[in-house]
Amino acid sequence: MYTPHTKTDIAQMLQAIGVDSLDALLPVPDAVKLREKLEVVPALPESEIVRRFEELARENAGASFVSFLGAGSYRHYAPPAITALAMRGEFLTAYTPYQAEVSQGYLQAIYEWQTYICLLTGMDIANASVYDGATALAEAAIMAINANGRQKLLVSRAIHPNYRAVLKTYCNGLDVQIDELPVAPDGTTDLSELSRRVASKEYACVAIQSPNFFGVIDTPDSAAKAALKESGTVLVGVVAEALSLGALQTPAQWGAEIVVGEAQSFGVPVAYGGPYVGFIASTTEHLRRIPGRLAGKTVDANGREGYVLTLQAREQHIRRERATSNICTNQAHCALIATIYLALVGKTGLRDIAAANLRRARELAAAVSAIDGCSLQFTAPYFNEIVVDVHQPAKHVLEKLEQRGILGGVDLGRYYPEYADCILMAATEMTTTADIDKLAKALRESVHAPARV
Amino acid sequence: MPQLASDHTASPLIFESGQDGRANRYFGAEEPLKKYLPATALRDDLPIPDNSEMDVVRHYTRLSQRTFGIDVGFYPLGSCTMKYNPRVNDAMASLPALRDLHPYTPDALAQGALRIMYELERSLCSLFGMAAFSLNPAAGAHAELAALLIAKAYFKDRGETHRDKVIVPDTAHGTNPASAAMVGFKVISLKSDKRGRVSVDEIKKHLGPDTAVCMMTNPNTLGLFEDHVHEITKAVHEAGGLCYYDGANANALMGNARPGDMGFDLMHLNLHKTFTIPHGGGGAGAGPLGVAKHLMDFLPTPYVRKKDDSFSLDFDVPKSIGPMRSFWSNFAHVVRALAYIYANGADGLTKVSQLAVLNANYLRVKIREFLETPYDEICRHEFVASAQELKKTTGVRALDIAKALLDRGYMAPTIYFPLIVPECLMIEPTETESKETLDGFVDALRDIVETAKREPEKILAAPETTVVGRLDETRAARQPDLRWRANSAS
Repeated sequence: MYTPHTKTDIAQMLQAIGVDSLDALLPVPDAVKLREKLEVVPALPESEIVRRFEELARENAGASFVSFLGAGSYRHYAPPAITALAMRGEFLTAYTPYQAEVSQGYLQAIYEWQTYICLLTGMDIANASVYDGATALAEAAIMAINANGRQKLLVSRAIHPNYRAVLKTYCNGLDVQIDELPVAPDGTTDLSELSRRVASKEYACVAIQSPNFFGVIDTPDSAAKAALKESGTVLVGVVAEALSLGALQTPAQWGAEIVVGEAQSFGVPVAYGGPYVGFIASTTEHLRRIPGRLAGKTVDANGREGYVLTLQAREQHIRRERATSNICTNQAHCALIATIYLALVGKTGLRDIAAANLRRARELAAAVSAIDGCSLQFTAPYFNEIVVDVHQPAKHVLEKLEQRGILGGVDLGRYYPEYADCILMAATEMTTTADIDKLAKALRESVHAPARV
Repeated sequence: MPQLASDHTASPLIFESGQDGRANRYFGAEEPLKKYLPATALRDDLPIPDNSEMDVVRHYTRLSQRTFGIDVGFYPLGSCTMKYNPRVNDAMASLPALRDLHPYTPDALAQGALRIMYELERSLCSLFGMAAFSLNPAAGAHAELAALLIAKAYFKDRGETHRDKVIVPDTAHGTNPASAAMVGFKVISLKSDKRGRVSVDEIKKHLGPDTAVCMMTNPNTLGLFEDHVHEITKAVHEAGGLCYYDGANANALMGNARPGDMGFDLMHLNLHKTFTIPHGGGGAGAGPLGVAKHLMDFLPTPYVRKKDDSFSLDFDVPKSIGPMRSFWSNFAHVVRALAYIYANGADGLTKVSQLAVLNANYLRVKIREFLETPYDEICRHEFVASAQELKKTTGVRALDIAKALLDRGYMAPTIYFPLIVPECLMIEPTETESKETLDGFVDALRDIVETAKREPEKILAAPETTVVGRLDETRAARQPDLRWRANSAS
């Protein structure tokens, strides 16, 4: 209970209102009166709540396993300074900064987030965040459809399967067709058909992810870029592992007009999948089509610089059914965490961490491919994830690893039946040599053992 | 009186400080990137600053001091339910085995997390009278979108694709019509009656074989209970349509009445309003989506199932609209909401709504002594006052009152809607504020109104104590400056 009312308070307040009981304040018509006993979890004092959740936490054995899970959600080091700053009550308990004069701090932090995303992606503008990487992709597709009026989308099959599934969900409401670009044998997107397909000028956009779902660096070649430009098709770049922006070519360099992504890697906990933080950045051309909030710089009557939420005419609370999207609450606090993360690590830190990810993944690849019965599925350059072919159903090998206290990775057969013998394994700066040794030893024992049925 | 740091000096941007090489070694120095990848794969430049940890700590501490949250003072923001956020919730969400649990952890090794999701879901079902809740949507508006996708899939499944109209009252939140449009429905805006409610006769005029969904907020944004709600949902059902409940105002009836009993087929909750998730300056939120039994087959994936005493994520929901987001739920918020339910239990939650309503009515009778309250009857969790008369006599508008409140250490009420009340002040105190706080707020508001009558120019000049004065919003929109640039004039 978090209510300060004493009996005396309640009596005085009821008297001021002129009613004689709390019940008199809540008349409900007979037809809709509550008749059932409510069944919710039992009331506990705070000390017992803590005990209860500690108990529940212990049921998550997987949290303490050695883990090679990635696939769009990454365990990275988060400096404690982030929590100390982001959990300050002023930030944590603020509402959306509609009253700019008392929200200058938050508005400035959002402006800084927008800037960081622009600097990292090489784009002109960025919004104040969206729910996550997958919804960012869906919103970007809507932006592209609104930009050129076309009703077909061309999407790489190497984009995170969950992102593609969400895109499909969003398109259920619209009359939009989604086509896919296949995966080439080296793990990149097969672009051989791209020029021919976009020449028809039917596609609103082409979406490509890099590093893609398989960890492979996957950027369009110059022929693809030229074909996209020629046909007026918007190139949407997808970034599921934001840390790669510390090392790899920017999506702007590979010709993207809209860049979407997931910034969970920047200090946001994996937290069993949420909340995370998506971003959308674009060229200035798409400014009025970008969904969600934007913070802008302006001045007050005395010429002092300040920040406001701006271009609100695009938004649902003004434009209602003609808004660019329905986003209201987005991910401001997660974006704040990411902003503080970027401020703390800076250029030097971000490069170092990206290099550490590259190195750990290579150590992992070397250790795993040295094992009889394990091989790397793809040959193209990669960032911090690899696909390992275990030459038997991945599911069985993963179960054996679990028995040894290891989460070996994601069974690719879950999303790609053709890769049912493959495991997607991630390494980050948190992965130690001891972790890799432990995995290698367990794999050596597991892949040779006969598969359990 | 709570005060923000009233230092008027502009705070430099993080990009305007720092020196190359002033690095924090959170991770050991690594070799150059080109050791691992060909130069063609690498970026040219990484133009972000290196700052010391102490500089970063000072920078964001200062920004926090220039930000108003509930922890700073009273936040009577109508329709947004800004109540106290218990710290134990955050502590529970930060338990390592919850915070560090990867979403791809096999179900058998994540039973605690799944049990938390299940317990919250079952509690919400009982509290709101729904058959199932999906914890998948990331926010209230996201759940509205999911609900309308479900409606679309449901009608398609029944071969009723001609149902393409969504009815939305004029008091509704802007997200309602926006969500309907995103799913390709046509929006019919419904005028409220003189009592500020949806009229049964009026809605019947719009019902027909093309009706898909009627979206309602109850109590509505005027703080009024839709006392004909049962007749309305019945009429919509008779026309073959579905009824959607916008749960933004659920704090007013939680534990006292249930949308399911009122005849709603679909509803969302804003966990960040009703169940004490900190709003964080605009999110993350969480928007569980409740459905009646006949719509369970369409829920977004995954859905949490219980068999014996073991829990699993079900990705195989027969007619599912598909997932709404990358992963399963805003889990950290699920933890917070469940901790809050544990702190209250059923009786506590019932009491929460009663005291929220008590606080709102207490403010209403105090404030009507010096401001009009256009719908002057027992309200629920919020009510609307109007500065229309004051504007006529003094030129002082609701916006000016809002700004003057900021000077006095209070967050302003909602003043931008509902659109049907001129110069509205939509006030929602919530149950976590004491009588003393409410009395202080009334005194401040009374002082503003009295000052406006005597010296209107004083109120028109507000705010004066804040770090900036009223900002030029037109300039912000006409000459958008949305990011810092190196060597830019600013």
